Amino acid sequence: MRAAKHLAHLLSSLAVTVVVGGFLTAALVRLSPGFGVDEHALDPARDAAALRALQAARPEQGNFLAYSVDRIAAMFRGDLGISRNWNRPVAGLLRERWPVTAQLMGVGILGGWALALAFALPSAIYPTRIWNAIAGGLSGLLLCVPSAALALLIFVAAGPVRAVMALAVFPRIFQYLQNLLLHAAAQPHVMAARARGIGPAHILLWHIVPVAAPQVLALAGVSVSMAFGAAVAVEVICDFPGIGQLAWKAALARDLPLLVTLTMLVTLATQMSNALADMLAAKRSEVRA
Amino acid sequence: MRQLAWIFLALLFLAALFSNRIAGASYAHQFRDFPGAPISWRFPLGTDALGRDRLARLLAATRISLLLAPAAAAFSTALATLIGGIAGYCGGFIDRVAARAIDLMLSLPWIFLLIAARALLPLNVSPATSVLVTFALLGALGWAAPARVIRAGVRDMRDSDFLLQARACGCRGFRLLLRQLAPNLKPVLLAQFRTSIPLFILSEANLGLLGLGVSDPLPSWGNLLRELETDLAFNPGIVACLALMLAVLGCFKLVTLTSSPASASDPKCHSPF
Repeated sequence: MRAAKHLAHLLSSLAVTVVVGGFLTAALVRLSPGFGVDEHALDPARDAAALRALQAARPEQGNFLAYSVDRIAAMFRGDLGISRNWNRPVAGLLRERWPVTAQLMGVGILGGWALALAFALPSAIYPTRIWNAIAGGLSGLLLCVPSAALALLIFVAAGPVRAVMALAVFPRIFQYLQNLLLHAAAQPHVMAARARGIGPAHILLWHIVPVAAPQVLALAGVSVSMAFGAAVAVEVICDFPGIGQLAWKAALARDLPLLVTLTMLVTLATQMSNALADMLAAKRSEVRA
Repeated sequence: MRQLAWIFLALLFLAALFSNRIAGASYAHQFRDFPGAPISWRFPLGTDALGRDRLARLLAATRISLLLAPAAAAFSTALATLIGGIAGYCGGFIDRVAARAIDLMLSLPWIFLLIAARALLPLNVSPATSVLVTFALLGALGWAAPARVIRAGVRDMRDSDFLLQARACGCRGFRLLLRQLAPNLKPVLLAQFRTSIPLFILSEANLGLLGLGVSDPLPSWGNLLRELETDLAFNPGIVACLALMLAVLGCFKLVTLTSSPASASDPKCHSPF
């Protein structure tokens, strides 16, 4: 009963956040300068009836509130609208492009976590100054390079551009992961285990990881958002036809239906990953308690 | 090391302030006889395709970043103090609404949020306006992560003895926030301010690379980095911008290394830097 109540609360707050996010984006686009200017309406040869017909063809220019409510209701029915810029259904555009972004994000998340674990675990088990300096230096260096510049450099050098995703996600995860593991490794029970001569692998698996697990799971949820941010830059610079590039083009063309849908979907995806990570972390804490 | 970092930043800032004297030319001046000139005594970093001195442009871009990124950071920290402070102090419904707003802002990837918001503003503006628009946008959107930390700090302080005494003496509302809470939050605010500066410098660079940042002929680190797509072997002076940016951000990282304990192990308060 308690779990069902918690789930209902989670889902309702998720829906409210997503709807508010979509509505705010629509409001911002609607209020932006130059919105709704159709080049056909500037043609002096068109008469008043033709202009009215053009106006009627763009329902978002009428009552904004009614239009937004209609759109959001349609979205919940599965109708994502028609993109003005591409003159195609948004659902079709998303269907075509999501595999590219999913693949890039997969590379980013898996590669970033693999690199972060490879550098953070040794510093938690065998903390040495040299290793900490190497790991900290590398992550600091990568953190200081804009992901778009990193993508551009690797793209120009004809290198593996998908690797940029892992290199962009790694330093952001590593910082927190190392802090969490070092904090867990400094707990008195870990020191006591070390003093008793228990092996490092055993200490890591049974004494450090369980303590850090809830926050590491929360970090896993946040890494989805980090990977999507990196994917936008990589897709734009390297001309990958993914959701990030679509968002960039939609933003440049002020494509209202597409931008609102993308904002709602991105908000939904990141909120769901965060909520899932939080639920797993809460479950983990309950089991430990 | 932290003092060395501060000294380097101060010297660079001074050099950027007197960029015209150091480089001997304005960032917009075109040496029409020397387009794409390689590194030489006259042009220590060469010239770009339009014959503009790359050193002059780099120093001018540094001046813009080192002046406007702290200004944007101050604006976002002030906004975060207001929102986080009110939410943490009032609690209840206001706190829940603020928490939801912070969640919403943080759930959207930072770069996605920036390109969406930047594209909603006019793109065909004068170069000076484009600089102000870019950094104002960074300041206006970057409040969420600091607000979360500040809200937590205020909530911890809400029932403390000194606030109880201040309330008993009749101190209320904004006066309480500004005179009692803000001074006690100073370390947190400073940490958030310092962390925001490199984040905004990086964000401006990313926006510039995506064509949504500062517009030509005004230089910024973002639009200077776009030269990276040309042949680096032919003109290594192009890399100077990236190297200087790495040095500056590295110094900021050293400066902020020990000053942001509140968000050090909380991924929900993540800033991309």
